[in-house]
This record gives sequence, structure tokens and C-alpha cells, in this order.
Amino acid sequence: MAEVRYLHAVNRALADALTADPAVVVFGEDVSEAGGSFGATRGLRGRFGEDRVFDTPISEAAIAGAAVGAALSGLRPVFEIMFMDFTTLVMDAMVNQAAKARFMFGGQSSVPLVMRTPHGGGLGAGPQHSQCLEAWFAHVPGLKVVCPSDPSSAYGLLRAAIEDPNPVVVVENKALYAMKGELPDTPEPMTIGRARTLRTGRDLSFVTYGAAVHTCMAAARDLAAEGIEAEVIDLLSLQPWDFDAVLASVSRTHRLVVVHEAVEAFGPGAEIAARMALDGFDELDAPIMRVGAPFMPVPFSKALEGAYIPSAAAVVNAARRVLA
Amino acid sequence: MTEAPTSPPSDGAANTGARVLGLYRQLLLIRRAEERLITMFADGEVPGFIHLSVGQEAVSVGVMSALGAQDTIASTHRGHGHAIAKGLPLDGFFAELLARDEGLCRGRGGSMHVADMSVGMLGANGIVGAGLSIALGSALAHKRLGREQVAVAFFGDGALAEGLLHECMNMAALWRLPLLFVCENNGWSEFLPSSKQISFALADLARAYGIPHTRIDGNDVVAVADAAADIVGAVRAGGPAVLECMTTRVRGHFEGDAQKYRDPDDLDALGPLDPIRVAALLLAGLGVEDAALKAVADEVESRIEAAVEAARKGHDPDFAAAYADVYSPAEAV
Ligand SMILES: Cc1ncc(C[n+]2csc(CCOP(=O)(O)OP(=O)(O)O)c2C)c(N)n1
Repeated sequence: MAEVRYLHAVNRALADALTADPAVVVFGEDVSEAGGSFGATRGLRGRFGEDRVFDTPISEAAIAGAAVGAALSGLRPVFEIMFMDFTTLVMDAMVNQAAKARFMFGGQSSVPLVMRTPHGGGLGAGPQHSQCLEAWFAHVPGLKVVCPSDPSSAYGLLRAAIEDPNPVVVVENKALYAMKGELPDTPEPMTIGRARTLRTGRDLSFVTYGAAVHTCMAAARDLAAEGIEAEVIDLLSLQPWDFDAVLASVSRTHRLVVVHEAVEAFGPGAEIAARMALDGFDELDAPIMRVGAPFMPVPFSKALEGAYIPSAAAVVNAARRVLA
Repeated sequence: MTEAPTSPPSDGAANTGARVLGLYRQLLLIRRAEERLITMFADGEVPGFIHLSVGQEAVSVGVMSALGAQDTIASTHRGHGHAIAKGLPLDGFFAELLARDEGLCRGRGGSMHVADMSVGMLGANGIVGAGLSIALGSALAHKRLGREQVAVAFFGDGALAEGLLHECMNMAALWRLPLLFVCENNGWSEFLPSSKQISFALADLARAYGIPHTRIDGNDVVAVADAAADIVGAVRAGGPAVLECMTTRVRGHFEGDAQKYRDPDDLDALGPLDPIRVAALLLAGLGVEDAALKAVADEVESRIEAAVEAARKGHDPDFAAAYADVYSPAEAV
């Protein structure tokens, strides 16, 4: 077991996938010679060659569309979209082509492609380089969406995504890239759709994913100082999401707060809250709370961005409200 | 549309009656299949939208005559001709258009999404231009996997205005992919003439990307087949090319479109350009007897009739089976 950075875990997953399966190719803007805008693909070209790790022009729509055609023709493409904000340009390929091909062709084909892309704020990157748009993709039947929150899940979910026969969107959080955490010496792919319990507690459940996991852990520590024990469920995967794990947690704690960095309105929390309000109704002792970003673009100024991204204090406040 | 072809019309010198008769058979198969769809659509038997390729069959037949079963194509909303010429089974084709479980796509795609991976037909497409990048990726796979196969992207002149075409031409040229761009230039995109939408000539665009461009009479199946044979050979050896086929859309944009926006005289003028008529004249010149043409017509007619009858006997698709196909199971690749 070694301590590695999140970014290193991504890199290791790509390297191991390239080693495991000759059909895997990695491409995107600046991923080959430069090793990625954030460095996630550093060194891969040297090890696997330009035929398997290659740079593309700045053509997001064609990159994603080519991934669909390549996946239909025998490759397992993994492409990077430099910032999740730029996935606006890949929507046709992902939504109308990749997501539908299996279904609309009567099950003839699978589309084993992976789109890796970083979301999230915290770097002062402004309104067009910080958005969390995962709900768009989670809304589309045929796509899977995973959101790793630490190095081991960054590795395990990316490997799983590459092995999956379906189109999978891997949403990394750029503020986590430098984060350190444990990675086993021989790490394994995870199972997509399975949440993990990072902390158990009897009083309420935080259900969360991505960078907000750490916000929830901090909030849980603050609450523990007052004798309130919060459970923290890291979803890891948004589509599919682990309904059973969330319901089991709500059945233990009877109070639920869903937390994410994406804007609250129409966000992933809305889906989880609605499902729990229906199927977990008998277990709930309080209304479900959501904590997400306000309904505004991600601002540039540190002062504004700091107020924008859900804080541990905001999560604690929500906890107090469901406990009141 | 008004520009002259850059290659000469076929002179028939290299043609044998048997070769042209083979092409003629394919033309007729597509034409009769679509004519069958016209009546079945009017009778309410074919649901949804259908976009017919009547008048454009020579492009499908000519290009496909130069391809092998392992070569791949990505098609358009007007894809019946591409599909049939690529060799997908007629029974499955009609069953799909009639939304039957026996359809190639089990009644989930219909006219605009017919696909048959087993013959390299990667799908018709409801999104203008989308097939371009799918063919690009398929060509990329052919190259990376060391296969000597080509991919073909069919697109209409309306797609010239889509940014995706420009991205794909750049990438194909940059990476020297075995990708053939086939533009079916019928002068129309929906209800507007392309002259009101496109500010450039495809030849100039291709030149800008350093991709060889050939413009031909897309209603002359032999001209298309000859050009395609040459060009596909070069594409297979490495590098993209553009084949622009000047052709004619005879029916409306979709079936049911009365074409009020079109001058009836212009439509009448299309008669002599009919690819089937052009091919029949050539066959006569090659000394092929009317009886041979009649035999082909009878054979085509009975194949279509059998496929239609089989499709009519098909079943409604099962909802649970459709739901189960949204995602591939883990073991699938
Ligand atoms: C992205 C997109 N925009 C618009 C449409 C609606 N539409 C369908 S076919 C068509 C015209 C296409 O013209 P062209 O590519 O020349 O093909 P043709 O119909 O002439 O065969 C349009 C606008 C669409 N299907 N997809």
C-alpha cells in the first residue's frame, strides 16, 4: 500500500488498462506529447507509443464522435475532455450516438468508450472552467457516470469504466488532483454502481460524491464534537447510483442530507431525494435536505467562489435542520 | 449543383454487360424497395418519417460496388439505398421499417436508424453530419488495428454547413485515415436550396484540407463505380478522399412533402437524369436484351414481395426486451 496523488492514480489506471488490453487507446487535446493539461497522461506516450496515446486537434465534437465509431469498430477508446465545461461540444456524440447505439440497433453493438473529464471549482478558474455538469449525463439512458473522490476510487472506477462495455463518463474533480491517498500495490477495478460507507453514524446520513465527500467528512467531524454521529455515504457512481445503500443508511439514521458541488436546482440530489421520499418515506423522521451550489454560474473571485461552493458549515447547518 | 462533373462520363469501354447488369439489379432493388415503401407509408403501414433516396440510387450502388463486406459505412437520414447496397438482408430491413421484432434493430430504430454491424453498416442517422465522425472513428480503428479496411462517410450537401464536417476533414487528413467522404449533392437541404446555405464549393474545402476531391455525375452508376474503385483503392493504401456525387432528389424531403417550394418544370427535367434510365440506356448500348432487364425486374420484384410479406407476418417488439437493451451486460464487449 502506497500513498499516491489522485492524478497518479488516474495515470496508473490508464497505464494498467493500456497494458491489459491492446484495444485500449487514449486520446485528447495535449494528452500525448504534453502528458495532459493536468498531467494525467504523463509518460504514457513514452511507454505505449503514439499509436495508442495520441494528441488530437481542438475538436471536441469530432473527438467524441470518433470515439463512438472506434468503439463500434473494435477499439476501446478513452478520451479526455480538458474541462467538463467543454462537454457542451460533445453532446451529440454522447447523447444521440453513444448512449443510443446499443438500444436503437436492437442490441447488435455495445459502445465501450470512456470520456474522462474534470469538473469542479476551487481553483478560481471562472464560469467556463469550473462547472459540475454530471447531472446532464446521468439523465441520459445508456450512459453511465462515475465520480471518484480519492486516489483509490480514481483508479478503481477508471479501470471499471474502461472494462465496461457501455459508454461511461468519468468525472474527476480538478481540486482533488493533488490529493494524496492510499493505493494498493496491485489495485483492482471497482464495481460501478456501488457506494461505500466512509463513516458510520446513528443520527443522520450524508449522501454525497466527488469533492463534497470531503466537505461532508469535515462536517461529520464537527458534528461528532457535539455528540452527533453522521453517516457518510460516498456514492462513487451517479448512474447507476446505489439505491440500496442509500435506503439502508436512511433506514438506520432516519434523516437524510444529500450534498454535492453541482448546483442544487435539478441536480443529482433532486433525484436521490425524490426516490427516498417515495421508497424511504416510512423510514424518514424529517424532510430530506439538499445542499448544493446556488443557482448561479461559478464565479471567479476567491471571495465569491468560496461562498459558492457548499461548505462544511452549510452541511452542518443542514444537519441541524433535519435534526431539529 | 450546376457545376460540371470533373471526371468524364463513363464511355462504357471497360464495361461488360454482366457488370452493368449487376449494378442495374442493385439500382432496381433500391428503387422498387422504396416504391413499395411509398405505398405502404401512404397506407399507414410504415410509421414515423421516411426520407427516400429515389433518384440517388447510383451513389449507393456505385460506391458500395467498390467496398468489401469488412469495410464500414456510416449513413444519413436518407439511408435506405446505402443500407440495401451494403448488403443487409431485405427481410430484416422491411421488418425494421414496419417496427417488427424481427427487424434488424428489433423495431427500435426504424428508417432513420437502420444498422447491420455484420455487414459493416454502422447505422443510418437522425442527426445531420453525425455519421461523419462515426466513420472517422471507424477509419481510426481500421488503421490502429492494422486492418486493410476503409470507412465511408455518406453525407448530404446540407451537412457541409455543419462544423463537424470541418473537424473530421482536418483530422482525417492530419492522421491519413482510410476514410472516404461521399457527398450526395442533390442541391437541397430540406426545403431550401443549398445555394442559399453554403458559401463555398466542396472542392475548395477539400483543397484547403489537402484532401483529393473528385466530382462526378452521381446519376451514372458506372461513373460512380469506376470513380469509387479508383478512389477506394487509394484510400485503402492510406489517406482520405472526397467523392462528390452530383445527384437528384426526386421525392420530397420526407415522404408526404408535396414540394410546393419546387418548380414543377425542374422536377420534370429530372426524368432524363434518372439513374435507372441512364443505366438501361447503357445496357442497350452494350447489347443487353430487354429480356434480361425484365428478368432482373421480376427477380427484384419477387424478392421485395417476399420480404414485405415476411415483415407483415412479424411481431410487435417486447417492451421488457427493449428495456433490457439500454445497457450492455458486463460480459459484452
Ligand atoms: C443536426 C440536425 N439539424 C437539423 C436536422 C433536420 N434535418 C434533417 S435532414 C435535413 C436536411 C439535410 O440536407 P442534406 O444533408 O443535403 O441531405 P438531403 O436531405 O438533401 O439528403 C435537416 C435540416 C437534423 N436531422 N439534424
